[in-house]
Amino acid sequence: MIGIGHYVTVSSILFVLGVLGIFLNRKNVIVILMAIELILLAVNINLVAFSAFLHDLTGQIFAMFVLTVAAAEAAIGLAILVIYFRDRGTIAVDDVSHMKG
Amino acid sequence: MIQLLAFYLFAALTLAAGALTILSRNPVHSVLWLIVAFFNAAGLMVLVGAEFIAMLLVIVYVGAVAVLFLFVVMMLNIDFAALRAGFIKNFPLGILLAAVLLAEVLMGVGVVQGGALQLGTPDGSAPVPAGTQNIEAIGAVLYGKYLFLFEVAGVILLVAMIGAIVLTHRERKDVRGQNIARQVARRPDEATVNMQPDVGKGVSL
Repeated sequence: MIGIGHYVTVSSILFVLGVLGIFLNRKNVIVILMAIELILLAVNINLVAFSAFLHDLTGQIFAMFVLTVAAAEAAIGLAILVIYFRDRGTIAVDDVSHMKG
Repeated sequence: MIQLLAFYLFAALTLAAGALTILSRNPVHSVLWLIVAFFNAAGLMVLVGAEFIAMLLVIVYVGAVAVLFLFVVMMLNIDFAALRAGFIKNFPLGILLAAVLLAEVLMGVGVVQGGALQLGTPDGSAPVPAGTQNIEAIGAVLYGKYLFLFEVAGVILLVAMIGAIVLTHRERKDVRGQNIARQVARRPDEATVNMQPDVGKGVSL
């Protein structure tokens, strides 16, 4: 039967895939943002699975807040990307050193 | 049996789509694989009885976030081949780091499954009431105990919306827009002039 272990395994593999995506596509901000979405999806699967198997709704409520923050982050991130592209004509991460931080 | 089959189908498709998301050459394909991953993750959530979050995932991620990604990827004219330059070079290190991270996480799961560490028990603050639908139970908790956090989430979305609009909005100097205040403020006596030009002469305004 399906247990919590199955879900935790799937979500941990998905989390690692997201981290790997950030490393592999180091130059492409769009794919990095998508990898972050994958990481947040893994977290959501974890929260919902624990919520279901422990018969407590708090996990599902929390997953909803994670969803909210993920949507806001995607909107702001893509907006920054669009104005950066409008300014520089490229989105390569290596070139982003304007602020000399 | 059918549940087991469905779980493995959804899990395999989620992981395969996740892998293809980060490995695709074309970012448009990446977005489409991301959509597949979200759909199958929603299926995984339906399997444990969290229908509301599953539908929310489909609506918010597939309907809004993925479309936003698709829109940006297609709108920006980017040479994506140049952005993949370091892909092969970073591959061994990335795989190594991912393998180490995965080993650590699975070791943690193994420790819990082996019984060396106990999962916590719920504190009973938001138990699932017997005989209620998932959405009904979530509504009772969300609009009761977590009302303040729910409203804060709304404020976060509002701030994100205003922020995105302010960031991407630009005043264009080279385009003359309509000035409604000036139009409305015009009076007939200053707008029309009575003139008697000579024959063959024009009128300069």
